[in-house]
Amino acid sequence: MNLITREALLSFRRTRTLSALSVTTIAFALFVTGLFGLVALNLRGALRQVAERVQVIAFIKRETPSQQITAAMSDIAVFPEVLSVQYVSETQALERAQRELTEFQDVYKDLEVNPLPPSIELSLKPEFRDARHAAAVADRLHGFEFVDEVKFGQDWVQRLDSLRDIAGLVGLAIGLAFALVSIVIIGVTIRITVLQREREIHIMRLVGATDWFVRGPFLVEGAIKGFLGGTVALLLCASVFAAFRAQRIGLGVGLRFFSPGEAFLLLLFGVLLGFGGSLVSVSRHLRHV
Amino acid sequence: MIRFSKVSKRYPTGTDAAVDEVSFHIGRGEFVFLTGHSGAGKTTILKLMFAEERPTSGEVRVSGFGIGGLRREEVPRLRRRLGIVFQDFRLLEARTAAENVAFALEVTGARADGIPARVARVLDQVGLAMKAEALPRELSGGEQQRVAIARALVNDPPVLLADEPTGNLDERATRGVFQLLCDINTAGTVVVMATHDLDLVRHANKRTLEMRDGRVVFDSASDATESW
Ligand SMILES: Nc1ncnc2c1ncn2[C@@H]1O[C@H](COP(=O)(O)OP(=O)(O)OP(=O)(O)O)[C@@H](O)[C@H]1O
Ligand SMILES: [Mg+2]
Repeated sequence: MNLITREALLSFRRTRTLSALSVTTIAFALFVTGLFGLVALNLRGALRQVAERVQVIAFIKRETPSQQITAAMSDIAVFPEVLSVQYVSETQALERAQRELTEFQDVYKDLEVNPLPPSIELSLKPEFRDARHAAAVADRLHGFEFVDEVKFGQDWVQRLDSLRDIAGLVGLAIGLAFALVSIVIIGVTIRITVLQREREIHIMRLVGATDWFVRGPFLVEGAIKGFLGGTVALLLCASVFAAFRAQRIGLGVGLRFFSPGEAFLLLLFGVLLGFGGSLVSVSRHLRHV
Repeated sequence: MIRFSKVSKRYPTGTDAAVDEVSFHIGRGEFVFLTGHSGAGKTTILKLMFAEERPTSGEVRVSGFGIGGLRREEVPRLRRRLGIVFQDFRLLEARTAAENVAFALEVTGARADGIPARVARVLDQVGLAMKAEALPRELSGGEQQRVAIARALVNDPPVLLADEPTGNLDERATRGVFQLLCDINTAGTVVVMATHDLDLVRHANKRTLEMRDGRVVFDSASDATESW
């Protein structure tokens, strides 16, 4: 192992330009992948925040005895989809309307009779914040006789669903495409390294080196290049992210950078790319000699 | 040590067999010249010996290894028991003479602390102790070939194969390298040397296998000389 590392470092030093080129290529490929990852990550975050507003509201017939509502609420609270249940009385509903709908403040102020019915507001667990589950919950709420009407903003929840589907699909496709392009580019760079050292490989084999011994330095070298490329890519991503946030192009949604775990994944991806690319290139070469 | 039994070799692209039904035996301690016109099949015979090529038919045995059925993973074990020398030296340009020799030991997984002494010993044996730290481009052709021979010797192989080792050398360097190979042979190593240098062959008085169009047409060790 010691010897293989020495050989890897030696080749690194001997082919400085080519090594620098490989690292730059890997860095660039990973940088683009990383940027895309950041966009996807933040988009998903934004969608999740929007989805938090998915609520199912059951309007309740006036004059329903409060014990009945309280009893029903504890039944509803144990629905598998339900995260929390909140009772909003007529008075609370009016106060909220006056507070939130400032344009109509005067209208609400002059009312003699409160037109707003009391309601139960349900928020759903994250994995159930879509049209299908909201509709299912709404259906079940209709089963309570004191429930007058149920709303969950069907239109926009459905739109949110399709947005999520599209974002997921496009994300996957572009992500895969970038990853593939990185793999191809890195494979080509490493192939050049292998061809440049064809003679050396040939001599190694003549003096009795095993295939694994021949591969070893290339694999170590590939992994190191992948790691360096990944590090550079992360730094580039971080500076682009910082510049972007400094300009406050935020959409009112808190932008975030990679978590340490995600950053580690990007680095790992780089190392695997370098390692895997080398393995494929060298093995393919060895099959012909 | 080396036995060819009705060995033929056909290259995928070739029309005629490069080696055609060749049989011979080389025993312990022998020094054998392989001669013949260009394209006669000398290099192919040597390549069969170090498993760079596999026989199309017939059996090749070298130091107990059957070349025909040798698996790819077993080839390194065979090569560690052979020394191989070429006309073009095949040294690693970026490494010194000593590093080139040490390399052949390192790939075998030899203990690191024993390497410098063994390298010094073989470099001394080929008369290059003074040039251990020189790069190949700083050495003459004859000196480079000595480094290559030192590299071939460092694993103490029972067999040394040389494909026109003097092909790129002048007369003086040729005699030096040949003398070195003779000394190695005297010390017990089998040497098989392909060469064009008929002068050398004539004056050396060693066993000679002469090839023509893929066949061995003359073996100085056997009474029977095939007619052609
Ligand atoms: N890799 C190959 N593919 C196809 N044909 C080959 C290959 N190597 C050698 N040959 C053919 O096999 C025959 C024998 O070649 P070989 O190299 O063994 O001859 P040689 O005696 O070493 O010649 P020289 O003295 O010129 O080195 C020749 O006809 C050559 O063209
Ligand atoms: Mg030849």
